[in-house]
Amino acid sequence: MIQQVLFIITLAVFGFFIRKRVLRIRDNIRLGKDTGGIDRKSERFKNVLLIAFGQKKMFKRFIPAVLHLFIYLGFLIINLEVLEFMIDGVAGTHRIFAPYLGSGYTVLMNLFEFLAVAVLLACIFFLIRRNVLKLPRFWSAEMTSWPRLDANLILITEIVLMLAILTMNAADQLLQLRDEHYTATGSLFFSAFLIPVFQNMETSVLILVERFAWWFHIVGILGFAVYITYSKHLHIFMAFPNTFYAKLEPKGHINNMPVVTNEVKAMLGLAQVAPPSGEPGRFGAKDVNDLSRTNLIAAYACTECGRCTSECPANLTGKKLSPRKIMMDTRDRVEEVGRSLEKGGAGLNDGKSLLGDYISKEEINACTSCNACVEACPVLINPLEIILELRRYVAMEESGSPASWNAMFQNIETNFAPWKFSAADRFNWANDV
Amino acid sequence: MNVPTLAELTAKGETPEVLFWVGCAGSYDDRYKRVTKAFVKILNAINLKFAVLGTEETCTGDPARRAGNEFLFQMQAMNNIQVLNGYGVKKIVTACPHCFNTLKNEYPELGGTYEVIHHATFLQQLINEGRIKLSGGGTFKGKKITYHDSCYLGRANNIYEAPREVLQALDADLVEMKRCRTTGLCCGAGGAQMFKDAEKGNKEINIERAEEALQTGAHTIAVACPFCMTMLTDGVKAKEKEAEVRVKDLAELIAEAQGLS
Repeated sequence: MIQQVLFIITLAVFGFFIRKRVLRIRDNIRLGKDTGGIDRKSERFKNVLLIAFGQKKMFKRFIPAVLHLFIYLGFLIINLEVLEFMIDGVAGTHRIFAPYLGSGYTVLMNLFEFLAVAVLLACIFFLIRRNVLKLPRFWSAEMTSWPRLDANLILITEIVLMLAILTMNAADQLLQLRDEHYTATGSLFFSAFLIPVFQNMETSVLILVERFAWWFHIVGILGFAVYITYSKHLHIFMAFPNTFYAKLEPKGHINNMPVVTNEVKAMLGLAQVAPPSGEPGRFGAKDVNDLSRTNLIAAYACTECGRCTSECPANLTGKKLSPRKIMMDTRDRVEEVGRSLEKGGAGLNDGKSLLGDYISKEEINACTSCNACVEACPVLINPLEIILELRRYVAMEESGSPASWNAMFQNIETNFAPWKFSAADRFNWANDV
Repeated sequence: MNVPTLAELTAKGETPEVLFWVGCAGSYDDRYKRVTKAFVKILNAINLKFAVLGTEETCTGDPARRAGNEFLFQMQAMNNIQVLNGYGVKKIVTACPHCFNTLKNEYPELGGTYEVIHHATFLQQLINEGRIKLSGGGTFKGKKITYHDSCYLGRANNIYEAPREVLQALDADLVEMKRCRTTGLCCGAGGAQMFKDAEKGNKEINIERAEEALQTGAHTIAVACPFCMTMLTDGVKAKEKEAEVRVKDLAELIAEAQGLS
């Protein structure tokens, strides 16, 4: 009875914090521009199924894809067991599904244990890959101490949580032999290896071990759920909306600016000048509120794997640009604004902005718009869209593009070609023999 | 060389099969003018009825848009669309992937909807239809050629196979670079980089790519984009390999095989 009350209080406390963070993140995303209705829904659902749910793009790199798949399946399937934990916790029962599933329960528990071991091994491998083999993309400039610590904390937490499940099952199996009140689970393959560790313990100690592991696992998961909202690991949720909202046009397409279309049409006498409605918006993006909500969802969906940066031609040749940093900066800035708003602070008007305080012109000017980063992202994040919006702000609001670009603009305006050649000479090539 | 303008054809009451959009590089850049001429010679040789806009053509606005100047881009686009729609243009072929991408993907939203084909795809279709006849065992037989994917054809528009099929039709021995197709390395000139110096770094992108191309041991680097042409030609020169290795456009290779050059 005390355990039930404690459990319900624990759930309520964690539920409160998780809800608060979810609402905060929702409001943060809503700082972005609403780009209107969603078209081509069936294609979008297909992307969610294939790319987020089906992990299709992960399989471009096979070995990490298989290991990631174990962790992903572990997450999806072991959560079924968490459902049982929840019911048991509230109702004061123990393994409530067991009587209903019979021998199926044994199969299910063994599957969970297999996944727990697979997750554990995958996490150990990933830790080695990050910290011992030091894969370059996990150590590049933007991978400062917090992103590196974040990655390690996630892997270690997952290992510890899996160990808790196995410990609980091992202790539980022993208790089943000693006390008929314990629901029979049948023989569990993996945790059976741990039985020798516990078999000489007193029954009362075993009960304590089993309870401790149970509580550790469930509180661990709830704590992890709160932690995730501050971490790159949020991709486990945000990858789904991100693949849904991701751009469907060919990658070469750049989003149109209808505001400009109206003005240009008016200038060319192709349309009546429409009176400006409301506050005139900014051209391009200086801060996170100038970006689309999709861009901000993408920033929260980024798990900092660095596949984008490892394919970026500018980054590969030592330029400052890193597409991953673009996404990390966007998230850091939107979180900063959100924290300020939460405290009733200045929010967006804190004197800082995404362009300038987080992302420099040198970075955005280095982009070749080659789409290698977009192609590389396993969850359809598009750093190029953000880079282009920042460039638009620099070009149209600040006239601050590099001098040679301004010269190129001038050439196009006067000669209708980006080079300084006379428009009258355009067709001269046909006269050469 | 017969290069009719659309104005001339229209005056005669004729309609071309396709409009050849030459692009700024194809019109002004000395190296790429040779590609323009090679393509025209191929079209002439097979009696394909085409036209160009001549002095009525202007920059699509691609570099302006990618450098962030949306106003300038849309001014260019609107003017071009007025000309194209005025002539009732239906189908456009261009030898520039940047023009191709802009005309195909970005003009429809501004009122210009056409069937737009890049010359790599166009040449491949002409070969498949038997209009361009390449007899195997020619000058290219067994010669190693590597193909450099233009970002604006490949990743931007998913055109990976057409240029390769053209090269295979030449009976050449197509060898791939380490980074090719979806992971092909950019030449360094896209996104308006062609019109400015690179930002500070430890290497030029075109040198990195030229090294990769040279590693294949191919004596011909095939390209399908004016910017890639410039960047890789410079890269090969920087590695002092211009005597052994040439950078050629697909149209030039076909013209060569046909004895048109």
